[in-house]
Amino acid sequence: MKAFTVLEGLAAPLDRANVDTDAIIPKQFLKSIKRSGFGPNLFDEWRYLDQGEPGQDCAARPRNPDFVLNKSRYQGAQILLTRDNFGCGSSREHAPWALEDFGIRCLIGPSFADIFFNNCFKNGVLPIVLPAEQVDELFRQCEAEEGYRLRVDLQAQKVIRPDGVEIGFEVDAFRKECLLNGWDDIGLTLLHADEIRAFEAKRRAEHPYYFS
Amino acid sequence: MKPQTLYEKLWTSHLVRQQDDGTALIYIDRHLVHEVTSPQAFEGLKLAGRKPWRVSSIVATADHNTPTDHWEQGIQDPVSRTQVETLDANIRESGALAYFPFKDLRQGIVHVIGPENGATLPGMTVVCGDSHTSTHGALGCLAHGIGTSEVEHVLATQCLLQKKSRTMLIRVDGDLPAGVTAKDIVLAIIGKIGTAGGTGYALEFGGSAIRALSMEGRMTVCNMAIEAGARAGMVAVDETTIEYLRGKPFAPTGEAWDMAVSYWRTLHSDEGAEFDKVVELDASQIEPQVTWGTSPEMVTTINGRVPDPATISDPIKREGLERALKYMGLAPNTPITEIPVDQVFIGSCTNSRIEDLREAAKVAKGRSKANSVKRVLVVPGSGLVKRQAEEEGLHEIFIAAGFEWREPGCSMCLAMNADRLEAGEHCASTSNRNFEGRQGAGGRTHLVSPAMAAAAAVTGHFTDVRKLV
Ligand code: SF4
Repeated sequence: MKAFTVLEGLAAPLDRANVDTDAIIPKQFLKSIKRSGFGPNLFDEWRYLDQGEPGQDCAARPRNPDFVLNKSRYQGAQILLTRDNFGCGSSREHAPWALEDFGIRCLIGPSFADIFFNNCFKNGVLPIVLPAEQVDELFRQCEAEEGYRLRVDLQAQKVIRPDGVEIGFEVDAFRKECLLNGWDDIGLTLLHADEIRAFEAKRRAEHPYYFS
Repeated sequence: MKPQTLYEKLWTSHLVRQQDDGTALIYIDRHLVHEVTSPQAFEGLKLAGRKPWRVSSIVATADHNTPTDHWEQGIQDPVSRTQVETLDANIRESGALAYFPFKDLRQGIVHVIGPENGATLPGMTVVCGDSHTSTHGALGCLAHGIGTSEVEHVLATQCLLQKKSRTMLIRVDGDLPAGVTAKDIVLAIIGKIGTAGGTGYALEFGGSAIRALSMEGRMTVCNMAIEAGARAGMVAVDETTIEYLRGKPFAPTGEAWDMAVSYWRTLHSDEGAEFDKVVELDASQIEPQVTWGTSPEMVTTINGRVPDPATISDPIKREGLERALKYMGLAPNTPITEIPVDQVFIGSCTNSRIEDLREAAKVAKGRSKANSVKRVLVVPGSGLVKRQAEEEGLHEIFIAAGFEWREPGCSMCLAMNADRLEAGEHCASTSNRNFEGRQGAGGRTHLVSPAMAAAAAVTGHFTDVRKLV
């Protein structure tokens, strides 16, 4: 996994609540057996005017000029401002894969759906939860000011606005460590293999019917 | 000892270790695997030179991508075929407790086959790379949907990294009126608490109306816990649970059964256990539910109307509502009964079990599909459900009514195979998600119970099923 330390990047506002993972990456692209290459189909149904199918040359497809990520001022955005319950619905990890492949490394919103939130951390994408008023203010500034860039410092747990205002955020200590270092959590868990084995042996003895 | 909730009991009995920040390693008893979310996990495992920790925990099937007709022709779509063949190869190489491949008699939707084979049992932790894994909580187990990285983590370590959830009791007391089903209960719950109402919570469904439900009904309720934002939903073990499991292929037998049952009887929240939140509903007040928008919380009763955005003051909510109505092609204040239906889908891990098909057949019997309805798909949840339905003659009722009787699979719940809506079509669907494009680009989904779906099929628009039975 790519480490995440400090990100200085262009922000884009996605002003919709309840954005589900079907919208982030529609199901026809889930047939791939790979982890990469989903970026061109991120938000496919909103981004393009034709119907998306796997294997198309996306560069040649008609774009929806009204969709925020198609606007020239948001090209190269690395930070996405989101509304309530972003990432709800299916557990597909293709959603953070698509965001990451597109270039989004950080999401800032008032709330995220649980499985999606978790999946982001496994893929070097940092979802930040801020109070709704703070998010509203970021939306306002971002829409008002072209080239609106934010600085996200994970170590210090701060989002720094262009006007210098620093906004602190909460992040789980373990997830923070993993992201800062780009650690693979399977490797970390396997450091406790003996404990897992001991637990398993005890469970097998007490509840043999779960092991047949 | 302090009284414990069911969730606390399940959590504590699987806790391998806990870090200072509360992150815990939870041991996983059952790992369900399907073709869409597993290939990258198996590949990751291989690339890292790791082996699955305990293959006897794995039960696998192909369901999302498989066709529901012309099985003799195999899987026509080459991309889907590759995915299913990748699963075949991965399971062949790693091994599993059971694999029900495409066309196997016991193949079916992963959340249908687990319980019906006794592969998911009370007291277990169950995971699957699929958000509707919450379904299995109906058996009194702790069941989570997980992402693909977590699938790989469970394959490699037999554990999941988790933080303890808060607990919410949703108590539904009273008698459910005739014609009102488990699906209406859960839609009413989501209408009440919202699609993010359960975020961060493990839900326990209790109360006399839940206890009165069959296992099929409880599975329908737990299935949609995720639509309320909760990763896990559960129901305490009682005699209904135990009777359901007796004699199932992977359920214990003989002495092991007795031993298991005496443990399972402890799997309920203790008298006086404290929940972080309690929500109450009166079952006798629930009416048949129909969603009108693009999120499961956008729901009303069959006698309701499409809401009017002009009456909403919060600008974000109003815009969301306007966008939903535009997508659904509905005018404010339209009575629900006046919405015409183009297609009907009876199936999915929410409502494709034998009882669901019986409910639909009851309404379809002696009636036929309205002329204005283009297609009615009935897709059993598994090969075993299909066989049972055919033994009971349900398929003949459906066929006589002009419905299509299909092979098992996810089908038009997510439209990854050929079963899908055309843009603009309205569908009465027994599935769980009415998101934009879920059942096909531009398709308009209305979530309902199987009986309500059949009622829409025979009348051509949403109809109060209580008038038909
Ligand atoms: S039936 Fe639908 S919700 Fe259930 S597992 Fe299949 S695709 Fe997912």
